[in-house]
Amino acid sequence: MTSRLLAGSVLTVFVVFFVLPVLWLLLAATKTDQQLVHDNPLSFGSWHALKANWHALTAFQDDAVLLWLRNSALYAAISLVITLCLAIPAGYALAMTEFRGRRTLLIATLVVMLMPNATLVVPLFLEINAVHLIGTMWSIILPYSFYPFGVYLTYIYFTTAVPKDLLAAARMDGCSEFGVFRHVALPLATPVIALVGFFSFVANWTNYFLPYVMLPESDQMPIQVGVGSLLSNVPSFNPTVGALAIQRPQLALATLVAITPVLVVFLFAQRFLVSGMLAGATKE
Amino acid sequence: MTVTHSSAGSVRGRPRGTSRQSRAGVAFVAGYVLLLIAFGVLPTCYAIYFAFTNAGGAFTGISNFVTTAQDFRFVDSLGHVALYLVFWLLSLVVFVVVLALLLHRLSSGPVSQALRFLYYIPGALAGAASVLVWLFMLDPTVSPVSSLLETLGFHTFGEVIAPGNLALLFTIIAFWTGAGGWIVVMYGALNNIPRDVMEAARIDGANGWQTAWRVQIPMLRKWIVYMVILAFAGGAQLFVEPQLLSLASTGVAGRDYSLNQLTYDFAFQMNNINGAAAVSVELLVVSVSVAGVFVARSGFFDAD
Repeated sequence: MTSRLLAGSVLTVFVVFFVLPVLWLLLAATKTDQQLVHDNPLSFGSWHALKANWHALTAFQDDAVLLWLRNSALYAAISLVITLCLAIPAGYALAMTEFRGRRTLLIATLVVMLMPNATLVVPLFLEINAVHLIGTMWSIILPYSFYPFGVYLTYIYFTTAVPKDLLAAARMDGCSEFGVFRHVALPLATPVIALVGFFSFVANWTNYFLPYVMLPESDQMPIQVGVGSLLSNVPSFNPTVGALAIQRPQLALATLVAITPVLVVFLFAQRFLVSGMLAGATKE
Repeated sequence: MTVTHSSAGSVRGRPRGTSRQSRAGVAFVAGYVLLLIAFGVLPTCYAIYFAFTNAGGAFTGISNFVTTAQDFRFVDSLGHVALYLVFWLLSLVVFVVVLALLLHRLSSGPVSQALRFLYYIPGALAGAASVLVWLFMLDPTVSPVSSLLETLGFHTFGEVIAPGNLALLFTIIAFWTGAGGWIVVMYGALNNIPRDVMEAARIDGANGWQTAWRVQIPMLRKWIVYMVILAFAGGAQLFVEPQLLSLASTGVAGRDYSLNQLTYDFAFQMNNINGAAAVSVELLVVSVSVAGVFVARSGFFDAD
């Protein structure tokens, strides 16, 4: 019985650890800076303060926050489409067809997947610079579109979940290779498409280093880099800022705004996540 | 897997079909291969080229590596990242495995499902958002746990983010965002342990501890290795956390805490692209070799 009690308290402590900061953040956006310091940390401020915070936040550099959100959405959406169009067929081909160089490609994918990609940011900058794309949105959309983990997930999915005989049967029936992919493999691949889409969207939406380097102009920043620059305008974190200051509750609100799309996608993708993350687990 | 497939092709004796398939395979991977070359292979080669040459393009041997290693900040940032990795990997392995085992013992009831979801929520706050949240959590004037911070002897934000605490603080931030996903993965792997194995352990009289230690943890080994590899690769590239903290702390935390910050500094502040490339190449070599050793020793990818 004591061991059950111990287990219960460990699990509860971790619930507090994981949830309390999120709860605090939600409430902080509804307060004034005064209330943030003096009121109970877990109290609700007022709708009025929330509205005022929103106005102050959007007033910062003429709607800069909305522009950053639009940028993020644009970058993440275009690269998501390219990723899906290229990674799903590639993972399928690696798993289900035989071609020269297949093994090399598979190993290269594994190695690149394990490479810490932030270390490639400087060489990527040089490469993009060499083709004169620095400062354009392609300087981050194209690198985002390259997503070896997605290819690997698709590969695992097809090797474990789809029997090859099924494809062989379709071929016997006279289906072209593209037809087999389009009419047999693709409909079966919905869970892995959702999974790759989710992971790539979150990875791109939350990336900081690459756009920080590639897009130095404020009007091109995605929201992640944008909230970083808001941070340096908060007087209590950086006392040197002048008249254009941002208050802490507004920064909390900006953080909420920045995570909302991920949260929404997360809620939709949730049922695929558990089954999909385990797609590999059945590979014994 | 490769073997079974090609033999199946030859049994039917239709080489034409195979070549058709082979052409299609190439077509299906072509786009991805282009991206792989442009954004995987080429930048790696570019980094290696720059690491061994000077600004004029002349071959300089290892002199960029020597110069950067002698930079007064290099050893410090290497030590910071190493210490952070130790904390981060240890906490991940210990707590993720313990929490997954505890959740699994709760059986698959709604409580376990709800807890997994709650643990997973901070995963949506990856990147800059997680750092911002923790800047607030660590500031005694606004933190919901300010009394805890005061009990520990911290009265101002500056005291909390003193340089000696940073490795631990970055570990807390990274664990907060990343652990939930891994708990779900480990929980799933525990579910996949065959029922009769668990049954046999119970009949042999193993208690909860013994089952966990002798049966469940060994069967999780591959997944733990996989987690360590990815967490190592992720941890070695520490950038956004110290960078944002340096923005918020007016000098308490420097802009050269991690190796990646140092690369950024070499490339964009000191105009030493070749030095930056040398540090990048070192990080790549270390990360890929560590991953390689783990993969080879655990046989993670031998599944087929």
